[in-house]
Amino acid sequence: MQSYNLNHLRELEAESIFIIREVAAQFERPVLLFSGGKDSIVMSHLAVKAFRPAKLPFPLLHIDTGHNFPETIEFRDGLVEKIGARLVVGSVQESIDSGRATEETGPNASRNIIQTVTLLDTMEKYSFDAALGGGRRDEEKARAKERFFSHRDSFGQWDPKNQRPELWNLFNGRKIQGEHFRVFPLSNWTEMDVWQYILLEQIEIPSLYFAHQRECVNRKGVWLAKSDYIQLLDGEKWETKQIRFRTIGDMSCTGATISDATTIEDIIKEVAAARSTERGTRADDKRSETAMEDRKKEGYF
Amino acid sequence: MSKIKDNGYLDMELLRFTTAGSVDDGKSTLIGRLLYDSKSIFEDQLESIQISSINRGFEHVNLALLTDGLRAERDQGITIDVAYRYFATPKRKFIIADTPGHVQYTRNMVTGASTANLAIILVDSRKGIVEQTKRHAFIASLLGIPHIIICVNKMDLIDYSESVFEKIKSDLQGFASKLHIRDMQFIPISALHGDNVVDKSKNMPWYGGPTLMYLLETIHIGSDLNLIDCRFPVQYVIRPQSDKYHDYRGYAGRIAGGVFRTGDKVMVLPSGFTTYIKEIDGAEGKVDYAFAPMSVTMRLENELDVSRGDMIVRENNVPEVSQDIDIMVCWMSPKKINVNGKYAIKHTTRDARCIVKNVLYKININTLHRLQDDKEVGMNDIARISLRTTQPFFFDKYKLNRITGSVILIDEATNDTVGAGMIL
Repeated sequence: MQSYNLNHLRELEAESIFIIREVAAQFERPVLLFSGGKDSIVMSHLAVKAFRPAKLPFPLLHIDTGHNFPETIEFRDGLVEKIGARLVVGSVQESIDSGRATEETGPNASRNIIQTVTLLDTMEKYSFDAALGGGRRDEEKARAKERFFSHRDSFGQWDPKNQRPELWNLFNGRKIQGEHFRVFPLSNWTEMDVWQYILLEQIEIPSLYFAHQRECVNRKGVWLAKSDYIQLLDGEKWETKQIRFRTIGDMSCTGATISDATTIEDIIKEVAAARSTERGTRADDKRSETAMEDRKKEGYF
Repeated sequence: MSKIKDNGYLDMELLRFTTAGSVDDGKSTLIGRLLYDSKSIFEDQLESIQISSINRGFEHVNLALLTDGLRAERDQGITIDVAYRYFATPKRKFIIADTPGHVQYTRNMVTGASTANLAIILVDSRKGIVEQTKRHAFIASLLGIPHIIICVNKMDLIDYSESVFEKIKSDLQGFASKLHIRDMQFIPISALHGDNVVDKSKNMPWYGGPTLMYLLETIHIGSDLNLIDCRFPVQYVIRPQSDKYHDYRGYAGRIAGGVFRTGDKVMVLPSGFTTYIKEIDGAEGKVDYAFAPMSVTMRLENELDVSRGDMIVRENNVPEVSQDIDIMVCWMSPKKINVNGKYAIKHTTRDARCIVKNVLYKININTLHRLQDDKEVGMNDIARISLRTTQPFFFDKYKLNRITGSVILIDEATNDTVGAGMIL
């Protein structure tokens, strides 16, 4: 008896591949945003499937904050070589040096917000008209209202109250010169789906996601890894802990969780039992109730 | 595949549903309840809405704050846009398209309904059937949602009265008899207290039916897609341009209907040429057969000129081919429909332009009467219109296939999506 049912992961996969192909068909100069995190790794995995045996019809774009984990850069370069993709790097340091962006100061300084400047400048420089991102609707409440095809005006801004309705599988990517789209093929995936898919497909991910010993400081309940970008405050001290990262962003704002998960199966068990969201360890989201929406309106990912 | 069998949790079904209700029907509370009881709400989210609730001076933790994420929504206490929520039980993964109840945002319900297997419509037991309820039932049937669950909410406020529930049920069944609804069920609930949401209510022993969660977990959705009529809209042509794959030409797309097998004789539209399927490359590699809704790449035996917007079908089962199409349109723009006006139109992977030839009638969604004298079609109106397209479309009636039977109209000046059309 042949089966005509797809399980949830295969159905999500089919949907995402459809969206990725639609971007290649509808836009002239698309690009895939690659952060080195698990979502963008899954995105590149799906993109390879969408076009094989041909190579990706678009480059990967990494917005380099200069505050990356060294493991992330190493992993990025290995992956780019393996899939034979073209890599474009937008440097936040250059945006700061050229006066386009101003570095935050203070103990909680982060380059998270000024990444937007570099992203928009890089999109303009290469005339990219669509940026594929790994954003998911379950990540954050403002993202829950995001479309697959998210229209941005020529300033890169998102207008959440005036979004195009999105019906069936008909995606309207029409735009005027200078405008662009952010496209989110993983919109319907949850953190759990991503991990289950990584297991199902045996996708390689950076070692940072697995439990390891690292020097950290506990700041307001968030474990931050020791790096040149973190300065100790009064009363704080470095402690060696067995940790792993649930998300990978900047070293300055990505918190770690205490964990002994050393395999994908362990991670799935941990995620299933988790009592806080993965972004619960992200200092950048804790700034205000609508921090994500406010950043997105300005052109954030 | 053996891996999937070893790990049961990798093999769940996906159910997409939409929720609709009028203002204050307790829709957000119900969703909050489903998320909370299925342990999909995390401590940091709960903590964050507890703080927000206190800041806003609410007596109870307001679960609606979980779904109303935008600043304007939190300030005004209303839901503006479709919000998507996710939860899973050991049996299924669920995607909720939570659509706002305000009249002016009806287009959002159409949006949420367009991809749903199931619709939950909330009715406030104290108010009974209101205009919005009828509108929601009508839209759900118009959009061909296979299953509809009517949740009669706030039963706690009417002393869990069986007679009130039965009255609402028979009122709505009377209205729904005029609609095409395959499967409609009624459940008395209290979203606030959890009666009949996940656990059976102790307050309503007279109700012998399933709880909402049980129904969501068990309702049969396997037959919701058309697996009879083979339709493969070509989305993208893969040509590697490398020495190794010099002659490779693959047609990529998502199967919109039916089952395709290697060796099948197929016809390519619009050319009408026939050939055989040489190879099907699925997401997991080469497969012998593929079915809707898989994304695959097909290779054909003969070198034919096939491009995006073409459709691969079976020779003895072809869709309708025409430039004249009648649709039921839901209008989504504050700018009224322009009769004799031109619009861009999208159908499967085909882009074209069209002219609106005629408005045949508008529908009064409360009485379902056809208004033949009122041809002004504005925001949230539903009307039957005739189109002529600049090139032939290959389509099926929406009733038969939601993918090959749907179109969107786009304003060429603003690029906004202004109409959602279902082919009649």
